[in-house]
Amino acid sequence: MIRFEHVSVRYPGSDHAVLSGLDLEIPEGELALVVGRTGSGKSTLLRCVNGLVPHFTGGLLTGRVTVDGRDTRDHRPRDLADVVGWVGQDPLAGFVTDTVEEELAYGMESIGVAPDVMRRRVEEVLDVLGMAGERARPLTTLSAGQQQRVAIGSVLTPHPRVLVLDEPTSALDPGAAEEVLALLQRLVHDLGVTVLVAEHRLERVVQYADRVVLVPGGGAPVLSGPPAEVMRTAPVAPPVVELGRLAGWSPLPLSVRDARRRSRDLSERLSAVRPTHPRPDVVPLAAPVVATASGVVVRYGAPAARPALRGVDLELRAGEVVALMGRNGAGKSTLLSALVGLRRPDGGTIRVGPDAADAADPHALAAADLVRRVGMVPQEPGDLLYADSVAEECRAADGDADASPGTALAVFADLVPGVDPATHPRDLSEGQRLALALAVVLAGRPPLVLLDEPTRGLDYPGKERLVGVLRRLAAAGHAVLLATHDVELAATLTDRTVVLADGEVVSDGPSREVVVASPAFAPQVAKVLAPQPWLTVAEVAHALRAG
Amino acid sequence: MTVTAPRAKSTPSVPAALRPLRSLHPGAWWLWATGLAAAASRTTNPLLLGLVLAVAGWVVAARRTQAPWSRAYGFYLRMGIAVVAIRVVFAALFGAPVPGHVLVTLPEVTLPDWAAGVRLGGEVTLEGVAGAVYAGLQLATMLACVGAANALANPRRLLRAVPGALYEVGVAVVVALSFTPQLLEGVTRVRAARRLRGRRHTGLRGLRGVAMPVLEGALERSVELAAAMDARGFGRTATSDAHVHRAGSGAVTLAGLLGVCAGLYGLLDAQSPVALGLPLLTLGAATATVGLWLGGRRSTRSRYRPDPWGLPEWLVSACGVTAAATAVVASTVSPDAMNPSTSPLVVPTLPLLAVAGLLVAALPAWRAPAPDDFGGDR
Repeated sequence: MIRFEHVSVRYPGSDHAVLSGLDLEIPEGELALVVGRTGSGKSTLLRCVNGLVPHFTGGLLTGRVTVDGRDTRDHRPRDLADVVGWVGQDPLAGFVTDTVEEELAYGMESIGVAPDVMRRRVEEVLDVLGMAGERARPLTTLSAGQQQRVAIGSVLTPHPRVLVLDEPTSALDPGAAEEVLALLQRLVHDLGVTVLVAEHRLERVVQYADRVVLVPGGGAPVLSGPPAEVMRTAPVAPPVVELGRLAGWSPLPLSVRDARRRSRDLSERLSAVRPTHPRPDVVPLAAPVVATASGVVVRYGAPAARPALRGVDLELRAGEVVALMGRNGAGKSTLLSALVGLRRPDGGTIRVGPDAADAADPHALAAADLVRRVGMVPQEPGDLLYADSVAEECRAADGDADASPGTALAVFADLVPGVDPATHPRDLSEGQRLALALAVVLAGRPPLVLLDEPTRGLDYPGKERLVGVLRRLAAAGHAVLLATHDVELAATLTDRTVVLADGEVVSDGPSREVVVASPAFAPQVAKVLAPQPWLTVAEVAHALRAG
Repeated sequence: MTVTAPRAKSTPSVPAALRPLRSLHPGAWWLWATGLAAAASRTTNPLLLGLVLAVAGWVVAARRTQAPWSRAYGFYLRMGIAVVAIRVVFAALFGAPVPGHVLVTLPEVTLPDWAAGVRLGGEVTLEGVAGAVYAGLQLATMLACVGAANALANPRRLLRAVPGALYEVGVAVVVALSFTPQLLEGVTRVRAARRLRGRRHTGLRGLRGVAMPVLEGALERSVELAAAMDARGFGRTATSDAHVHRAGSGAVTLAGLLGVCAGLYGLLDAQSPVALGLPLLTLGAATATVGLWLGGRRSTRSRYRPDPWGLPEWLVSACGVTAAATAVVASTVSPDAMNPSTSPLVVPTLPLLAVAGLLVAALPAWRAPAPDDFGGDR
C-alpha cells in the first residue's frame, strides 16, 4: 500500500539527511506505528506519504514514494487527498470550517464528491466517530478528545485507503486517548484502512500495532517488523516492555494483559520484598509551606456559569514534588494560573512565599517580585522565550530576576549539558527548549515551581532527564507542582498526587496510594503487578538486584 | 430591547410549505436588511427612523440564534448612539450657525480672515441640534440595519454562497475571520508569559515584546493550516491549463464589472442619457456572470448541503424590498413628511404609506422560518 524505495530527504540549508536510503513497505490493512527519538525524522517520514515532503516543505527527496500505486513525485498533496488522509499534531490548527458537520464535509467538497453521497458519508462517519449528537456544535467548544476525533473523521469522509496521524494522543488525557485509539482500531478492523501513526506515548499505542517502524535518526537504517521483535532493542520503550526485558520474557509482552499472564513467577519473587522508594514517601511536616490555596473559586464567563474551580484547598511544602492530574478541562491549568497570579480567584485566598510569615497574594504582586516567589513553565515553553540566542535569553532572565550574571546560563548548562549558547531558541529540540524555559524561571530562585504538561513532545530519554532535573530541584528545597496526563511520569517522579475532577479536589495523598487505586491513572507496572504496590521498572529492578 | 419576542410556536396556522425545518438563506436576510437600510436612507423623520429601528430589533429578537454573531445588533445600536452623539457635538462646536431658539452660548473663537466661514463655538440653537440629531439618527439606523443582518445571518454561511470562481477569495476571508480570535488569544498568552518572566506587559517596549511572538505564532499556525488544507484537496483543478483558464475568466469578469460600474454611473447621474445607463448595465452584468461561470468551471468542487433559495427566501426579501419601494414613493408624494424641516422646527408627522411599508418588513418576525439552533446545548 505504502512503499518507500531508497528514499533520502534533505532539507535546504541542512548539511545532513533527515532520512537516508529508506526502504519500507507497509501492506494494506495494517496499523503501523512509527517510533523514534525526538527529532529523528518521524514527522518527515509521515509527511512523505502524502507528498507534503517535498511539495509543501521544500527540500530534496531522492528515491521513490508510492501510495496505492501513485508516485508522490507526480502527485501533489491535494491530488492524493482521496487516497491519503493526513492529520497533523494540533487538530485545532487544521480546522477550516467552524462546525462539526461542515468540517466533515470539507474534504469531500474539495475533491468534488456528489452532494447525495456527501450527505450519506457525513452521517456514516458521525456514527463511526460516535458523535452524531454533536453534529452542529462549533468546533472550538468540543473537548480535546472530540476535536481529535473530528480531525480524524474529517479526513475519513473522502474514503482514503491510508490514514496518517502525527501524535494523535499526546495532548489527551488517558480517557480521551482511549476513545481515539478505539476509533483507529475500528477503522483498521472493520474498514480495512491502512494506518500509519507516530506517537511518543508508546504505552498507549504499541499493543494495537501490527508493525513497528523504528526510526533511529542520524541517518541510521530504519528498522521495520513485528512489534515484539523491534521493541526488543528499541531505544524508546514503554514500561511494560522494559519490565519484559528485565524479566527476560520472550516473546516480549506489549500489553498489560500479556504481561500479567506471564508475571506469576516475577510476582512470587517480589512478594517477599517491599518496594524501597529512593525518597521518603511524605515530606516532613516541618518543611515550610510555600503556597496555600483555601476555598479557591474561579469562574469564566457569566456569573451563573459553572465555575472552573469550586473551592479548592491545597498546601504545598518545600521539597515536595506533586502531580496534579485529572481530565482535560478539570481545572488543572486554571489552578496553576491562579497560583502564579495570572488569574484572580473569584473566591477564596491564595498565598505564596518562602514561608508562612512572608506569604503574599500572587495576583497583587509586582511582576518583578512575583518571579522570586513562584515561577511557571507554561504549556508552550516557547512563550517564555524572546531572545535570539540561549546566552541572550539567560542574560535577560538574570536581569529580570535581579540574579547575579550567569545564574540562568549555569542552570541551563546543568540541565542540558553541551548546548552551544549561541543557538537560537527555536533551533533547540523540544526538551532543550523546556530546559531553557525552566532555567529562565529558576533564575529568580522561586521556592515554588509550576509546570504545565511538561512531557508533551518529550521522548522517554528526554523524560528521564527531566525527572532527574526535577528531583534535584526538590532536593535543593524547591516545591514542584506539575499538571500532567502522563501517569508514568507521575509514578516515577512524584511524592504526592492531587486529582482534580470538575473543579474539585477528589483525591490528595501519597502517589503510591492515589495512582495504584485509580484505574485511569495507574501506571503500567502497577497494573501488571497489582495488588503488589510497585510503580516503576526501576523499583522492581532495584528489588531484584537486592534480592 | 426589553420587548418579548414573538415565538414561532404561537402561529400554528401557517401552511407547512412556508415553514421548512431549516434556517433561512443568509442572502435573504441581507436583502431584507438592505431594503430597510434603503428605506432609512430616504428619510430623516425621527418617528419613521425609530420605527425602522423597532422593526429591525423586533425581527432580530424573534429570529436570531444563540450563536456568537447573533449579539451583533446590540453592538451596532451602541455604535449608532455614538454616531448621534459625535454628530451633535460637532454641530455645536463647528457647525454653521443655524438661526432659531438659542439653547446655550459657547465661547466663540475668532478665526483669522483666511478661515472665514469656519466657526468655533458660539450660539447653539435648538434647530441646529435637531438637524444634527436627525442626520445622525439616519446614519445610526442604517448601521443598525447592517447589524440586524449580521445578527440574523451567519457571515460564514453567506460566504459559502459565493460563486465558485470567487471560492479562493471566500476561503481567505473565512480564514481571516477565524484568525482574529486566535490572535487575541495569542496576545493574552504572551502577555501572561511576560508577567511570568517578571517584565512589564504594558507600554511601548512591552508592546514590541508582545507583538513579535504573537505574529510568529500566527504565522506558524497559518503554515500549519495551509498544510492541512493542501492535504485535504484544497485547490484541485479540473483542467491542466488552469493558469490560462484563470486569466481568461478573470479578464471577462473584470470587463463585465467595469461595464456594471459605467452603467450604474449612467443611471444615477442625472445629466447622462438613460439610454446609456441601462443597456450598459445589463451588458456588464451579463458579461460578469459569464466570467464567473467560466471561472467556476475550472474548480471541481461540490457543495455540501447548499442553502436552498425557496419561497420563504423570496417572501422575506420581498418584505425588505417593499419597505424600500414605499419609502421611495413616499419621498416623492410627501417629501415634507419624509424629511421634516428643522428650521423652522416642526413636529414630524407620520407618512402612512412609508409606515405601511415598514410594517410589511416586520412580517418576517412571525412568518420567516424559525432558526434551527446551532450549538443547541449551549
